[in-house]
Amino acid sequence: MAVAVGCRARPGKSRDNKTGSWRVFKPVFDHEKCSKCGMCRTLCPEGCIHEDAGGFFDPDYSFCKGCGLCATECPKEAITMKLEEK
Amino acid sequence: MAEKKNTCDLFDCGHRACGGCGEALAARLVMQAAGTETIVVNATGCMEVFSTPYPETAWKVPWIHSLFENAAAVASGIEASLKKQGRKEKVVIMAGDGATFDIGMICISGAFERGHDFAYICYDNEAYMNTGIQRSGATPYDASTTTSPAGKCSFGNKLPKKDMPAILAAHGAPYVATASVAYPADLMQKIERAINTPGPCYVQVHVPCCTGWGFEGDQTVAIAKLAIETGLWVNFEMVDGKVTKVKKVVRKPVTEYLKTQKRFRHLFKPKLQETEIAAIQAIADRNAEKYGLDIKLPPKKE
Repeated sequence: MAVAVGCRARPGKSRDNKTGSWRVFKPVFDHEKCSKCGMCRTLCPEGCIHEDAGGFFDPDYSFCKGCGLCATECPKEAITMKLEEK
Repeated sequence: MAEKKNTCDLFDCGHRACGGCGEALAARLVMQAAGTETIVVNATGCMEVFSTPYPETAWKVPWIHSLFENAAAVASGIEASLKKQGRKEKVVIMAGDGATFDIGMICISGAFERGHDFAYICYDNEAYMNTGIQRSGATPYDASTTTSPAGKCSFGNKLPKKDMPAILAAHGAPYVATASVAYPADLMQKIERAINTPGPCYVQVHVPCCTGWGFEGDQTVAIAKLAIETGLWVNFEMVDGKVTKVKKVVRKPVTEYLKTQKRFRHLFKPKLQETEIAAIQAIADRNAEKYGLDIKLPPKKE
């Protein structure tokens, strides 16, 4: 008889948990200032910043916790933190 | 270096790390470097707790957690089994500084002695952050934690940080390195090298913890960078026990790093503790001498 041992979960099932609700400040990306270096994408602890077809970056607001790391590290200062309005 | 990926990461969104968590960033970068053909063994710690609250998981590779102390032993078993079956997956251990420096020491020593082929990644946030910031063997001198509180009778942790890379290099590890989330390309390169080098390899990654160290989440990378620029964290590579590569810097005074964090606040308020700061500066100076950190700038032309 097969016995299930331990706790198992489907890969990446944490996406069910929309951490975007934690956010107080929201990063707003200015594509005109962006140099497409991808630093925000590399450094986001959530991994929620994605590259679009034009090479620009945008966060997935359903997961962005609003830590502001991308805004602080952006070499072009193309990201500003704005108070979230819900 | 791993190619730039546009798809979702192997360490996915929705985990419950604090905003600006250095550890979550390290996990993402490690998985980006490791790729899909990887089995991850996680020791107990913050990363295990925030990434896998049952029935959720942020990992998209086979992942196993058993106990606090036995990650290296579990990985040894997996590696031996893979070898017997002729499979090529790589085994990566993710463990915190508590699980590495203190609790898992026996299993790590055994696994390194037996020479299993795995990469041991220690994410070092310099205390037991998950359980409420207790000091570990990795906690730096004079840091205030809940079990080494600063106050009238103490300036915080009195013991020096354990030199874990040297201990594991002494076990005969073919590749030992330290890295930091402040330099992601360098970090990923070192992880790739550790995974592709046969035998037990060790990479210790410096991951600032905004909750435990006391700073705003957006400063994680800036503080990791300051640790290197002041000489309190050294990024180096050791091949067969010999230091082969060191990140050199034009050093800043240690106060630049210390004053950014609440765990060192007692050194500045209510009054500046010059003797204690001098002792920490001496640690940075010793690092600089040992590893040859300082960039010698040519004298200015008149």
